[in-house]
Amino acid sequence: MYTYIAKRLLVAIPTLLIISIFVFSLQKLLPGDPVLAMAGEERDPEVIEYLREKYRLNDPVPLQYVHWLGNAVQGDLGISLRTNLPVLTLVGQKLPVTIQLAIMSMIFAFAIGIPMGILAAVKKNTALDYIANVVALSGLSIPNFWLGIMLILLISVNLGWLPASGYRPFFEDPLNSIKTMLMPAFVLGNALAATLMRHTRSAMLSVLSADYIRTARAKGLSERSVVLEHSFRNAVLPIVTLSALLFGELLAGAVLTEQIFTIPGFGKLIVDAVFTRDYAVVQGVVLCTAFGFILMNLLADILYVVLNPRMRASL
Amino acid sequence: MKISKFLPLLVAGALYALPASAVELKIGLQDDADMLDPAQSQTFVGRIVYTALCDKLVDLSPDLQIVPQLATEWSWSDDGKELTMKLREGVKFHDGTPFNADAVVYDITRSMTLPESKRKSELKSVEKVEAAGEYEVKFILKSPDVTLLATLSDRAGMMISPTAAKEAGVDFGNKPVCSGPFKFVERVQQSRIVLEKFQDYWNKDNIFIDKLTYLPIPDTTVRLANLRAGDLDMIERLAASDAAAVKADPNLTYQSVVNLGWLAIYFNVGDNATTPIGKDKRLRQAFSLAIDREAANQIVYEGTSVAGNQPFSPQNPWYDKDIPVPARDIEKAKALVKEAGFDRVPVELIVTNNPVSMQMMQVVQSMVADAGFDVSLKATEFTTLLDEMEAGNYQVGRSDWSGRADPDGNIHQFLTCKAALNQSKYCNPEVDKLLNEARQAPDNAVRKQKYDAAAAILQDDLPMTYIGHQSWIWALNKKVTGFAAYPDGMIRLVGVKKAD
Repeated sequence: MYTYIAKRLLVAIPTLLIISIFVFSLQKLLPGDPVLAMAGEERDPEVIEYLREKYRLNDPVPLQYVHWLGNAVQGDLGISLRTNLPVLTLVGQKLPVTIQLAIMSMIFAFAIGIPMGILAAVKKNTALDYIANVVALSGLSIPNFWLGIMLILLISVNLGWLPASGYRPFFEDPLNSIKTMLMPAFVLGNALAATLMRHTRSAMLSVLSADYIRTARAKGLSERSVVLEHSFRNAVLPIVTLSALLFGELLAGAVLTEQIFTIPGFGKLIVDAVFTRDYAVVQGVVLCTAFGFILMNLLADILYVVLNPRMRASL
Repeated sequence: MKISKFLPLLVAGALYALPASAVELKIGLQDDADMLDPAQSQTFVGRIVYTALCDKLVDLSPDLQIVPQLATEWSWSDDGKELTMKLREGVKFHDGTPFNADAVVYDITRSMTLPESKRKSELKSVEKVEAAGEYEVKFILKSPDVTLLATLSDRAGMMISPTAAKEAGVDFGNKPVCSGPFKFVERVQQSRIVLEKFQDYWNKDNIFIDKLTYLPIPDTTVRLANLRAGDLDMIERLAASDAAAVKADPNLTYQSVVNLGWLAIYFNVGDNATTPIGKDKRLRQAFSLAIDREAANQIVYEGTSVAGNQPFSPQNPWYDKDIPVPARDIEKAKALVKEAGFDRVPVELIVTNNPVSMQMMQVVQSMVADAGFDVSLKATEFTTLLDEMEAGNYQVGRSDWSGRADPDGNIHQFLTCKAALNQSKYCNPEVDKLLNEARQAPDNAVRKQKYDAAAAILQDDLPMTYIGHQSWIWALNKKVTGFAAYPDGMIRLVGVKKAD
């Protein structure tokens, strides 16, 4: 098992390397000059030239990459041109926020998506199934930004139940932190719940039609035991994989939702960095996100083995 | 012993232990500031934060006069090459360092010499700064420069603690130490900047806010929703489309003032201009005449902006009244196009892809079509637009200026031959001469003559055509009182109160 994990982590290194080359070259293809973009209204040619030299922007692109890589392997992801802060500091500020938002969104997604999926499968082709489908479909098709603004207007402006913004870090002020995250987590979780519901439903349907379920029912097991213990346990495997992928996506930041609820996570950081051509920040955030994605996939594979004893033999 | 005996005591104790409620003000900004070092920073919102954080040598009054802040009085030498300033005594920086002439010399020199300093061009006319006493400094200039006072009313004149600056060097902006009414507490990028009242501030009796939080919220709808929900006390740059709603809301106050900047269309008239509109001024004149400025401003800014045709708004004392905002004259425009030898003129117009700019250019596109211009709009994000316009890779472009208090700051750096922001690539020695002379003339009447003479030439050459002047619009919770709108768009907090 440990060798398996170690091997998988080793494979991550070339993957990250390829991603970094890809992102680096893509950024350089964009028109626009980072120093000019950040020079603001008073642009002094002398200072612009100095900053270009300082940040090695006059070097050939491959050389810039090699230089960046050399620092990156030593744990230095560079300095943000816009704020003068190390990229690692920025990532350190945003990552906990993004993880918190991702976890809370997944909780909403699970709480809505899985029970709805199970119900829809068990009560297939009944009114309940149709209702679940309609809810799921609307969850998928309502744009996040619209739902977000509507929630703010209803819950913050009219009812005054939750704050519209003003995120607080979880470890400083847990209660307010959760309060400010409820609406954005619901908005994100609601969209994911739809996907989860559809997958749960189809996985449950295929399990429910299996022979051993018929046997279980024939033995006289209660319907509750048949559905939750015998069917769901088996149907859960594809859902685990899907959840890991969804979680990985959430780690990349949710640009629009973060903007609307002013959550200082990865999404906002990377968008601002792209617009101001803050290369080092884009590069650093993409790498962290990619690494998070790889980790989540690995976790899904491990969970697979834990949940499915038959897989253990194959390791 | 009965507990009831102690009850009054307990209650009194609890009441005594409760701190007097601190007044907190939350302000929603449109963007996040860049680094908070006055020598290095560039953003407009950064300047708003400095207004609370860093006092300047001089400040502006709402009618744009230079008024004392850290300098209490000043005088010019007869040849206009020496500015002597008397400094306020008893002022301290947030770290306790005393403010005096040495601090001014250190700060100005830092802005002039720090390699990363973006204040160098603003302080170009300064030869050196000297302490003439503990509370007196002398600015010695290379050549007369009447714009220096206005320069010192902005970032170049912001005083930072020399102790902190020496220690932090280029990283000063991560933990700025100034002498303003509020001192720095913490900052989380793209989330918040928190300041608290500086108890040793020289004018602390007029500061009624204890804690100040700036929150960058780029979306105007969301910013307003936060204000309505009570999560913010004040927002800047309200969208013109929300103006009516805010005015109608009994819980909110609406404040606005026409700003010092302009909305303009640039024509690439430089040597590498190959387009008919870049080469022939008659076409540019026709383009300008075909725009109904009043209507365009009404449609796009819902009556919150004013039509204009010069780098100064019609209300500004520097506006040349002999060249009023032209009415739309389609016949004359058509005649000019014909005279230039064209029937239809193809034009590519580059514009940032934000909805308001796009809307304005779509209005202009349809207006000038009547005069014979086939405008194709090329929408791009701001960084690309900047790059293309800076490099001269465009035909016609749309850009704004946030404005400066001194007229020089709104014209010289755009239209003199070698100016840094000359994106029209315009060069006319006569205009250069007039604008340089205006910079040096101590008498405002003489300056005005120079600007008027330049305006006459520019109206004919038309390297840029101005469309109008936006307003700064703020929306405040009714509880917040004492706020005054300044045309520079800053949020000054002296005298601002918030009721419980």
